[in-house]
Amino acid sequence: MQYISPTTVDEAVHALSSATGACRILAGGTDLLVQMRAGMKRPDTLLDIKRIDALHQITAEDGGWRIGAAVSGAEMGEHAALVSDWPGVVEAVNLIGSTQIQGRATMAGNLCNASPAADSVPALVAANAVARVVGPHGQRDVAVLDIPSGPGKTTLEPGEFVASTYLPARGARSADAYLRFIPRTEMDIAVVGAAVSLTLDADGICTAARVALGAVAPKVLLVEAAARALIGSRLDAPALDALAEACSAAAKPIADKRGTVEFRTQVAGVLARRATLIAQTRAGGPA
Amino acid sequence: MSAIHVTTTINNDATEFLCAPDETLLDVLRDRLGLTGSKEGCGSGDCGACSVMLDGRLVCACLVLGAEAEGRTVATIEGMAVGETLHPLQRKFLEHAALQCGICTPGFLIAAKALLERHPDPTEEEARYWLAGNLCRCTGYDKIIRAVLDAAAEMREAG
Repeated sequence: MQYISPTTVDEAVHALSSATGACRILAGGTDLLVQMRAGMKRPDTLLDIKRIDALHQITAEDGGWRIGAAVSGAEMGEHAALVSDWPGVVEAVNLIGSTQIQGRATMAGNLCNASPAADSVPALVAANAVARVVGPHGQRDVAVLDIPSGPGKTTLEPGEFVASTYLPARGARSADAYLRFIPRTEMDIAVVGAAVSLTLDADGICTAARVALGAVAPKVLLVEAAARALIGSRLDAPALDALAEACSAAAKPIADKRGTVEFRTQVAGVLARRATLIAQTRAGGPA
Repeated sequence: MSAIHVTTTINNDATEFLCAPDETLLDVLRDRLGLTGSKEGCGSGDCGACSVMLDGRLVCACLVLGAEAEGRTVATIEGMAVGETLHPLQRKFLEHAALQCGICTPGFLIAAKALLERHPDPTEEEARYWLAGNLCRCTGYDKIIRAVLDAAAEMREAG
C-alpha cells in the first residue's frame, strides 16, 4: 500500500485517475481507517486530501457557503456565520461521534461513506445542497440527493471525488433543523433521522420547504409530499399531521437490532414534526 | 511496502520516524517512539484511550496515520506534567481517586485539558458531553467529572 498527499486538486485528480489498483480518498479517516482495520477495505493507495489548502476553506459564495471536503465537523461548528445560516446542517454534522471524531470527520466523508444512517446527509438534502465533484473530465455539480445510491455506494465515477459541498443562499425567515432518534444520549448511529428546511413569509405562512429522512431506506429520502403538506400552511396541527403521515408513508425501513420497521416508520413522522417546529422557531415564526 | 520518513514535533521535541503507509499514529507513538502513555482500547475511535492533540485538535491517535503527522505538532500525555510537577488535572485525578485501572486515564486527561483550554468554566453537562468519547469501564465517571470541574476551578483561581 502507498500513501500520497497531494497539495492541489489537479494533482489529486491526476493521482487518482492514474493510480493502479484500488485508491481511496482519505479525508477525516474516521470511517475509512476503521474499515481498513476491520479488513472491509484494502486499498492499494490512500490519497490524503488534507494537504490541499483549498479544501480546508469555508467560503462565502453567491450568498451561500462552499465547504471544502477536508473541513472537519469541529471547524463547521466554530464558524458562527455558517451556523447562523444553516443551523440544521451544522447540528447534524456535529452529532457525528465524539469530540475526538469531530476533530477529524468531514461532511463530505459522511456523504461519500454512503451510510443510510449518515446524519449530515438528510440535512444536506433538505438544504438542497450541491456537491462539487472533480475528476479526469473536469468538474460537475451534483445534487447531494443524487450522490448516494445505496448502502456504501455512490454515483461517483471512477477517478472522481467530492471536492466541496455548496449550501445555497439563505433568504430571510428561513431556517433548518435536524433531529435523530438514538437510544443513548450521544455517540450513536441514527435509528431514524429527519431534516426540515423551510421559509416563512411575514405572516408566518410557509412558502417553501424541503423534508428529508435518513436511516429508513437504502439511501436518504426527499419526501416531497411532506414538504407539500407544509407549504401554504401556518405549520398548524393539520399541516403537521399531514407531514408526519407523509413521512411515515415514505419510510421503507429495515428491522435490525436498533429498531423495528414499525418503530422507525412511526418515529420518522414524529421527528419530522418536531424538526419542523424547531425550524419554524429558528425562522422567526411562532414558538 | 516502503517505509515513509516523517518529520514532526511531539511534545515540543523535533522528532523523526519511519513508518508503514497504513501504520497509525498510535502504533508509531507506542511501538516506534516508546511513548506508551497513549493506550489502545478499541482501535476504532470509540473509546478515546488514545486521545492526543494534533495541531491543537483533540483526536484519536488510532484514527490518524503516522504519515499524516508530517510537519504537524502532536501533544501526548507524556508532555502534560512539567518535570516532576503534575498538571492540575493530573493532581485532581489523584486527589479525587478518579481512576482505577488507569487505562482510560491518559485519554481523559488529554481530552479534559483540551476542554479547559476552550471552556475554562464548563458546566457539568458540557464536561460530560465533551468527554463522551472517553470510556471508563471501571465506572468512575462521577469522580472523573468532579476532578475535572475541581481542576477547572483551581486553574481559574490561579488565573
